[in-house]
Amino acid sequence: MNVLAEPSLPPALETAAMWSDSEVAGAGIEVHDVPLVSVGGGIGSFVTVDYLRIAGGLTPVDIRVLSRQRRAWQAYKHLATVSQIPRRGRIRSDASSRPDNIWGFPSYAWQEAIRDWNPGPVFQVLVEPVLADYYTPRLQDVVDSLDREARRIGYDEMLVLGNVEVVRKRLGGGYFTVLRPECAGSPRDGRPPAAPVVYRSRDVHLAVGYPGLRFLPDLQRFRERHDFHHVVNAYEDHEHIYQALRRRPGTVLVRGAGIVASQVLERLIRDRREGGSATRILHLFRTYVADTHGPHMWARRHGKDGFAYQGFNYPKSVWGGQLRARMHDLEGPERVRAYEEIEGTTTPWRQHWQNQLDRARQEGWYQSLNGVIGDLTWEQGAVVARLDRPDEPHSAALVRADYVIDCTGLIGEVEEHHVLRDLLEHGGAARNPLGRLDVDQRFRLRGAENGDGRVYVTGAAAYGGYFPGVDTFLGLQIAAQEIVDDLAERRHCRYFGPLRSFAEWLKWLTGRQI
Amino acid sequence: MVPTLSGRIQTRLFLLAVIGWPLTMLVTPLLPLAGPMPDRYRATLVVLAAVAVLGVGWELLYHLLMQWRWEKDWPTLFGLVTLLPEGLLVWLLGSRAMLPGLTAPLDLAAFAIHFVLVWLATWLVANGPMRVVYVRWRFRGGRLL
Repeated sequence: MNVLAEPSLPPALETAAMWSDSEVAGAGIEVHDVPLVSVGGGIGSFVTVDYLRIAGGLTPVDIRVLSRQRRAWQAYKHLATVSQIPRRGRIRSDASSRPDNIWGFPSYAWQEAIRDWNPGPVFQVLVEPVLADYYTPRLQDVVDSLDREARRIGYDEMLVLGNVEVVRKRLGGGYFTVLRPECAGSPRDGRPPAAPVVYRSRDVHLAVGYPGLRFLPDLQRFRERHDFHHVVNAYEDHEHIYQALRRRPGTVLVRGAGIVASQVLERLIRDRREGGSATRILHLFRTYVADTHGPHMWARRHGKDGFAYQGFNYPKSVWGGQLRARMHDLEGPERVRAYEEIEGTTTPWRQHWQNQLDRARQEGWYQSLNGVIGDLTWEQGAVVARLDRPDEPHSAALVRADYVIDCTGLIGEVEEHHVLRDLLEHGGAARNPLGRLDVDQRFRLRGAENGDGRVYVTGAAAYGGYFPGVDTFLGLQIAAQEIVDDLAERRHCRYFGPLRSFAEWLKWLTGRQI
Repeated sequence: MVPTLSGRIQTRLFLLAVIGWPLTMLVTPLLPLAGPMPDRYRATLVVLAAVAVLGVGWELLYHLLMQWRWEKDWPTLFGLVTLLPEGLLVWLLGSRAMLPGLTAPLDLAAFAIHFVLVWLATWLVANGPMRVVYVRWRFRGGRLL
């Protein structure tokens, strides 16, 4: 018997959809009681906990955040950095989308203007997007502001490090959340693995983010047959490509037309301009957008040179405007149609990106292609991509490159995450029309109710619901607001009225601990 | 801002009542107006009421124009520059004593100062401080009810 094998749950618990207190006690599992747990520990958990502390008036004793991250921004910052947003670079987010400030005022623009004694950012917000590009905050400012707010609300007191395995219903109401703590080590370093512990709570909040990186079949096949070095997902650390290209000229095939592709292009172009590289860029668009497009005159999005342009991840009105209002009551096929209307990969219009690409086209080292990669092979020291082109359906083109950077994103499928899959199998959860978890307007997971207990789901897993912008800073705040209002209606926390809102804002402004 | 139609109208009426009205009460005695104080207040309050009532029509127009915007948003700058057409319309009606309740044509300097002050104050509050008190307002398209 391997003494370092992970202690697992007793089979009776593994298979049961509902656990009783006595069954859990009988299994010898340590039980902690807390009214609410938040599973995930990323920005989704942070924003919700921040709202619960400020608006709901809950104390750190009332909440536990079960997470694999010591800092809520860790995974976000990692993905942003490897996808080529430098520390001082700007993310794709609105000035008043502040995950550290539930009011969004003062905005990041005001903060930057006051700190740097420069009115530029505020003036940019005044004239955006008509006379200037949208103002967007710097990555490091977002991270620093999250750290400040974490200290203010006592985030570390609520944080428990470990890996959440399952959430199961409790006989009599509420839930058991099984966590394998991180602190006792892992079999790899020779220490005994930690025994699971259970958090018994009335409510559970889930914000587990994206289950992983998306590796399209052609990319996976290449990596299985050849290497992980020449063909990468842009969300992987792929600095070696930029370093190699600075040492000798080469060709890069960039796939994708979203914000990450834009950032990768910026890095490649900057390295040419400042680092002396002589990289040739082939840019592959699956859907080449040549012009302004849309189903009718009141739904037309700007497009040009292959790209579809949009300021942020969604049209702005999902965050409270008429798109949010319209989708609030849409069901089934109607909701799917509304999602289809706003779907499609987009990137923001940034004038300096336009200037860079115009120059690259003129000088002939940037070429856009339209098609889908049928296969990737390694031939004579280069990656060869066979392109199936929509304009010439019977002729595949062969494209040679030294590297392929795939910017097609992250996996959103809920069954790829073990906790979400378990909720579908044992927790009564169902899927929405787009295949993710079916939540109601208050982000309660339908079918997972248990007595007085509720499971709330926010972030990417709730995409496809009545509110589309779930996986954004503002979307997480909107969801948190709905959750806290729901808890207040259920009389498990305080209602947040105007006077208390003002008082709490003054505390935030002065940095007063709560 | 990302307003809905009802949010636009509610926000306008609310801010004119809560910011515009007290500001009008404060600045009216300081404006370059002739005549007894009740007449001066009558003139400025009629202007305020005109901005509110005509504003409902303007909001319908803005909402229509917004439909051509993919984002269905109303940029900060639009909220500021719309003071020009709105101010012009109220002035054209007021200078001809065509606003109900006016006993005499409006004085240009007094009107301009009053109108711009009220407009700037409500615009500034809508672009930040409003969210501090009404934390749900921005996520509900400007609706308060």
